[in-house]
Amino acid sequence: MTTETTGKQAGLTPARPVRDGIALGLAVGTSGLAFGAAAVGSGLSAAQACALSLLAFTGASQFALAGAVATGGGLIGGVAGAVLLGSRNALYGLRLADVLRLRGARRVLAAQGVIDETTAVSLAQPDAAAARLGFRATFATLYLTWNLTTLAGALAAGKLGSPQEFGLDVVGPAAFLALIWPRLRAGAAERAVGVAGAAIALAATPFLPPGVPVILAATAALAAALMLPLPAAT
Amino acid sequence: MTGVWVAVLATAAGCYALKLTGLVVPRGILGKPRVRRFAELVPVALLAALVAVQALGAGQSLAFDWARLAGLGAAVIALLLRAPFLVIIIVAAGTAAGLRALGVA
Repeated sequence: MTTETTGKQAGLTPARPVRDGIALGLAVGTSGLAFGAAAVGSGLSAAQACALSLLAFTGASQFALAGAVATGGGLIGGVAGAVLLGSRNALYGLRLADVLRLRGARRVLAAQGVIDETTAVSLAQPDAAAARLGFRATFATLYLTWNLTTLAGALAAGKLGSPQEFGLDVVGPAAFLALIWPRLRAGAAERAVGVAGAAIALAATPFLPPGVPVILAATAALAAALMLPLPAAT
Repeated sequence: MTGVWVAVLATAAGCYALKLTGLVVPRGILGKPRVRRFAELVPVALLAALVAVQALGAGQSLAFDWARLAGLGAAVIALLLRAPFLVIIIVAAGTAAGLRALGVA
């Protein structure tokens, strides 16, 4: 409360979280172009690509389901993998619950906005009021931009010829690589889990239906969480 | 096509349920250090697996598509140069598309 009052007196309170949120929302939101194009290249319709962005609204899971559709079949495995990828949002929600302190209908609405970017902006703010502003600004900007650019990417890709000709088959793996990159730099345990996860999935690919090898890779995370020492920070 | 719609809606429902869970669940359950660590590491394992499978997989077999691998290599270089997300994607897709257009891969 003290920080809030001081901030208001200095005329600074709303500027920072709102500006941070809008900037990040616009920057990341335009990646919807890549998702829309990759989704249609994978065989989803433009309407299905848009439904995912509107309703799932979490990039990695959306790319994962599109990838499962592209490999043809294995939809149950594809859904399981996509949902499992969204499990980190539950943890974000846990941390944001303390800051946002929402009840009832507002909580039901805010839940859709619990993703990497809104969490990053909210938790970077100095107090709860600024965190709430940052959350709203990021959520609103990113939701709007992500959905509009998904539509644009999907329509544009539908007009192109073969997805391979435009390299759209590389969009999914390149997006995942970009998403995982900061986590790989976070520590040796993260790198070990990444290498093990990739190795498990590749080794299992010839023997299991598409989608299942990716879920199996989660055992690398389970083993590391149970057996490796916990980092000091958490 | 109906199957894909079911998959789209199931994914959306599952992802939303997870987001809401975090906001409503009592701290005790998800707050355990090993559970937290697992949830932190799951995306790392799954995303790495997705990179590998989508780069090298062709259905239930493995295949080397040199244009695709070169595109990923270009993405790595862009990442090392700290390029923004959309630039990384464009560089990767452009490299693969360019090599295919030239007929070299």
